Formats: sequence, structure tokens, C-alpha cells
Amino acid sequence: MPLTTYVEAIRQGIWEEMEKDERVFVLGEDVGIYGGAFKVTAGMLERFGEWRIIDTPISESGIVGAAIGAALMGMRPIAEMQFADFISCAFDQITNFAAKCRYRWGAGVPIVVRGPSGGGVHGGPFHSQNPEMYYVHTPGLKVVCPATAYDAKGLIKAAIRDPDPVIYFEHKFLYRRIKEELPADDFIVPIGKAAIRRTGSDMTVVTYGAMVHAALEAAKELEREGIDLEILDLRSLLPFDKQAVLDSVRKTNKVILLHEDTRIGGFAGELAAIISEEAFEYLDGPIRRITAPDTPVPYSPPLEEFFLPKASDVIRVARELYAY
Amino acid sequence: MAETQVKMPQMGESIFEGTVTKWLKKKGDKVQRDEPLFEISTDKIDTEIPSPASGVLQDILVKEGQTVQINTTVAIIGDGAAKPAEGKPETQEPPPAQAKQQPSRPSGPPPVAGPAPTTGGEKDEAEEGEHEHIRSSPLVRRIAKEHGIDLASLSGKGTGTNGRVTKRDILSYIEPGAPAAPPLKPVGTPKEAPPAPPASPPMKFTGEVERVPMTAMRKAIAEHMIMSRRTSAHVTTLFEVDCSRILKAKEKQQAEFERSGVKLTVTPFFVQAAATALKRFPLVNSSLEGDTIVYKQAINIGIAVNLEWGLIVPVIKHADERNLFGLAKAINDLGERARNKKLTPEDVKDGTFTITNPGQYGGLIGTPIINQPQVAIMGMGGIKKRAVVIDDAIAIRPIIMLSLSFDHRVIDGATADQFMAEVQKELENWPV
Repeated sequence: MPLTTYVEAIRQGIWEEMEKDERVFVLGEDVGIYGGAFKVTAGMLERFGEWRIIDTPISESGIVGAAIGAALMGMRPIAEMQFADFISCAFDQITNFAAKCRYRWGAGVPIVVRGPSGGGVHGGPFHSQNPEMYYVHTPGLKVVCPATAYDAKGLIKAAIRDPDPVIYFEHKFLYRRIKEELPADDFIVPIGKAAIRRTGSDMTVVTYGAMVHAALEAAKELEREGIDLEILDLRSLLPFDKQAVLDSVRKTNKVILLHEDTRIGGFAGELAAIISEEAFEYLDGPIRRITAPDTPVPYSPPLEEFFLPKASDVIRVARELYAY
Repeated sequence: MAETQVKMPQMGESIFEGTVTKWLKKKGDKVQRDEPLFEISTDKIDTEIPSPASGVLQDILVKEGQTVQINTTVAIIGDGAAKPAEGKPETQEPPPAQAKQQPSRPSGPPPVAGPAPTTGGEKDEAEEGEHEHIRSSPLVRRIAKEHGIDLASLSGKGTGTNGRVTKRDILSYIEPGAPAAPPLKPVGTPKEAPPAPPASPPMKFTGEVERVPMTAMRKAIAEHMIMSRRTSAHVTTLFEVDCSRILKAKEKQQAEFERSGVKLTVTPFFVQAAATALKRFPLVNSSLEGDTIVYKQAINIGIAVNLEWGLIVPVIKHADERNLFGLAKAINDLGERARNKKLTPEDVKDGTFTITNPGQYGGLIGTPIINQPQVAIMGMGGIKKRAVVIDDAIAIRPIIMLSLSFDHRVIDGATADQFMAEVQKELENWPV
């Protein structure tokens, strides 16, 4: 079996759903002739035609607005944001319209908004952000952040089939850096279920997206020192798998919350609150956060390197927490 | 002036108040340091408290029967006339300062009316001990509370930063066999250092093995059993019961039951006896939620059913409202559905007491683990004919050994044994 990259897994997932369900279509900037800025839709125009692979003007608000309208008319649109950074242009359509339709008049909006997110590719402040928390804070949406090729495919398929708006953040650092063998059958990854990437006994690292790989790298190094990390990949942030987090913390009794997003208002803060509310008496040390600092993503490569959380940060904090 | 305030001590990390149950000295009595001064009762223990100093019991501030917060001053010991051992200068005590909870150490200028400050102001060790702060964590405090451990007993044994008592410390204190905290490898430049072997090599069999992941059921059982061991203070009591009458009753009714398609075993007799006893001792049918004992209206008895792939405990709801036939039928039905994987979630829910059968393969008896959140579980051994002495004659009787594992947090031995005596009485006097 060939190895499938993360970006190819997304492409396969969309392709398979389009083959199966003619209501599914793609719209976005350069998704047609060009095949998408990251080639997620490469070859689709030829296969599915210009009625199902639609090149749009540069207007995220218009793209998402059109997708919502089509969804209300029974379609299953996939709206591509060329970079997740520009999803903010569609903020009103997503948060005030898509998220609230079902609550206001019972009409589900089955759209998927895809956004290539994350840093590590020297993209600077407008092409490296992790804007997930704006949407995690919006009831009515679902937000997923796959970390593996398997999840990338399984979650895009689950998102397309979901009856409500799903914001799908694909980490562009992972696009061609990770690959794995994927099963041939038609699988999905349920939205809202976490995955244990490594079982361990000394402490839990709760994370998602590209940071899963930083945690795994750290775990390898720490294993040599006798520190055994459990790594929990949330996969979905809204809804998120609270039970998996609590179960793991209750088992290991120490926890590091790791994300690439900046610190204040990041998902780690929410997790820390829940853990202290519901598992306080299981904690054998302080809840630790590892995040990017509260600044825009720097353009300068050395500064970006400093800005992004990495394995060495996990190793340092894990040692401190282990000795605590 | 040398006067010592006697404080209500903290008898354990989670204890916040205590009751003075008895004063062993009267006001005006002479008292030696470390001589029993009064008795207290707390959530954890009842104990005598020794006097923190020698002198005269000058004043009793907390009467017998009164409950006060820890560190409340309960009495004042003054110098009195005689000053044995310690050689502190004799002084006449002024009345104790109102409201001020100042210990008797020399500090600052003395009150105007008082005599010169003492020079022998050595620190009071007992008081030092009380004020020592033991670093720990929420988890450690919870484990200590569950096991009735005074964290002070781990003082100086913490291996965490600044001597913090960690999870490993308290677990190895509870179970000395548990692995101690492996020392952390020195850090610094780990990349340049040669790869170190793991600090504590996991204890693993090194020969050829086959690795089989646990099934979900196996994992659930494992977790539940460990959780139960951690949660409850398990104690097991054993009873022998003469089964002559129930076996006779069984023989008599067997054919009749079978005509209705119900197989009669001995189990329903034990369920019925337990249900009757549970009615008389509702504490055995309770559970513990925080500081609250929850008595359940219903008597729902779970029966552990051994399966090829694990173990499950279906529940006979309202077992006390069923007759022997009803119980036998329910046990047949639940057992069969358990083996055919036809149980519904409803069938295994809301048990209030459990019966298990460690004797079914000839075992004499077992000491079962409580099925949380229940507080007791009864084990049935194998029934075997034994020589027993009845009225000074040796007779042959079918005897079963019963065990009751109970949660000593809630149930004391006396209650557990009375409950079992009731079960025994029911079974041995079964109407035939």
C-alpha cells in the first residue's frame, strides 16, 4: 500500500464524498483551474466539472454566504479559504448566520469551511495563524483540527456528512511532512472523539494539530529519562472529548496542555478550568500550559522558531512537572 | 510570664474540628508535660491528648462535649507554685489575655503588670509540629483522606520539589512494595549525553511472549476493581452455614419449579436470605457519597455471572418483593441472557448489594471486592458435607462458608456480623 500524505488524504476524502453524493461541491479562490493554492482540489475540475468545482472572486464573505445559501437549498458545499487567516473576512456569515440558523428557525446549514492554518512555514503574520478559538467560542459550530492523514480524511468525510456547519482547520505544516498507509474502505472519524496517540503513566499531554507531533517527539526523548508521557490528540475542539481528557488526567494525575495557538483565550485555558473543576482531587501537580506567546506570528525565521512551541518546550516543562 | 495555651490539635490532614470528650485534669491540678490532659473525638479517631507543658491547669476554656475548630485554645497551663523539671522562673499568672491567641513565647515587651520576661523561652516542640506545613497535592490529600493517613507521618519523606509529598510517595507509603520514585536523570545537555537507559527499567518477562490487548470488558473490570480497592476500606468476615434445610426445601420444590420451566439452584435461597437481612440492616444496602450515607429504598441484588469472556453482574430489581420462585426465575433469565449477550443496560444498573459465587469450582471461599458504589458483597463458597459438632455429638452436615466483604468506612464489624448472622438464621431455619 502506498503512503498517503495529509494533503492527499483531504483530497481523497473530498473526492470520495463527491463521487458518492452529487450534492457535494467545492467553491473557493483558485480551486478550479489552478487546483487550489495547496493542490487540495487538483484534478477535480476535470473530473467533476465547473458546476461542482467553482472558482470564485476574492471574497471570503461571498464564498461562505453562497455556501450557506446553497446549503439551505439542500446542497453540501465545501468552502475553501485559501488561508485560514482570511476566514475572518467571513466571520459574520459564519458566526451570525451559519451558526445560528438551526437555533433560529430549525434549518441546519451543512457547510464545511476549510482553512489551511498554522505556522512553521515562514508565512508571516497573515499566513500562519491559528484562528480556531473564534469559532470554538461560537455555539452552533463544530471545529475540527486533524493531526494525521487518517484523521484528515476521516474528519473531512465526517464534516461533509454532518448536518451542521463544520470549520475544518488543516495544518499546512503537516500537508506533505506526514504520511501513512490508509485503509481502502470508506471510513470516517467521528467529530468530538479524541485519540490517545501514546499511552503513558507519568503525565498527560493534551494537544491537537501539528503539536501532536511535537509532543510525540518529546515523548521519545523523555522516555530515555524514564518519563512516560501519555499523549491525547483532541482532534475535535467543538465539541471536544471531555471524558477522554478527564479519564487520562485521572489516570496520570499530571497534565500539560499544549497548543500552537497563542496563550490568552486559547483552548488550554478552557481545558485547565474543566480539569480543575472536575478532576481537582486527581491532580498531583499544577496544570501546565505550553502555547505560543501572545504576539502576532513573526516573519523572521529565527523569531518564528522561537515563537512556535516545540518538542524542547515539552521536554523542559515535563521535567519540571515530573519533579514537582 | 510563662503560660502555655493548649490547642485543639489537628488529627489528620482533612480534620478541621474536634470535640473535647473528657478532661483528665481539673482546673488547678498540677500537670506534667506529656501527661494525658484531655480526650478528644474527631472524624478519624478518639484519643488522649498529652499536655504540651508542665505546670498547673490554670483554666479550661472548652467544656466537655463542646466541638471547636482545630487550633482553638482549649485550656491554659500556667506555672503554678511548683516548677518541676523545666526550671522556668516561677511567676504569678495574670488572667489570660482576652481574645488574643498569642502563644507564650517571649515576644515584645511584657505587659506592664507582668513580671520580667522569662529567659528559658525554648520553642515548644508539640506546637512546632502542628504548624509544620506538609507540601502535597490535591491528589495526595485525597488519597490520604481515603486511607485515613495523617500527612504529618510523611513529613520529611517527600521526594518532590521542596520535599513535596507526591503521588508515588504516598502510594509507596500505603503499599511498601510499590515502586519508589525513580530518581530523575540529571538534565542539562541531554542531547550530548550518551543515551541513558530508562531510570527504572519496567519489570517485564524477558522470554517469548504473546501480547493480547485487553478487551473493553476486561479493561472495565480492571479499572473497576482497582477503583474499588482504592475507594473502600475492605474488610471480610466469614460465616459457616448449615445448608440442610435449604437443600431439603430445594429437593422438595425442584420438580414443581421445573414443571414451570424454572431450574432451581441454591442461589435464590441465598438471595432471599440476603434480601431479608438487608431489610433489617439498611446500612448494608447503602452507599457513601462524600460525607453522606445514602440509604436506598429498593433492594436490588446483583448476581455475578461468570462468562467465558469475563464477568458481568446483572441485577434482580426489588429482590425483597419476590418469592423463591420469582427469584429463581429471575436468576435463570438473567444468567441465560448474560451468556447470550442479551442483557440490556437496564439489567446491570442500580444494584444495591451483590452476591458472588467463588465456590462454584470447589473453592472453600473467597474474599470478594466490593462492587462500587455499593458497600458490601457476599461470597458463597462450595457446599460440602462436613463433620460438625451438634450438642456434643458429631454429625454430618452440608456446610457452606459465606464471606461478606464490607466497606469499613460505613459499616462496622458488629453490623456486618449481625447482618451475616441474620442471613445464617434465615438459611438455617428455612421452612421445609
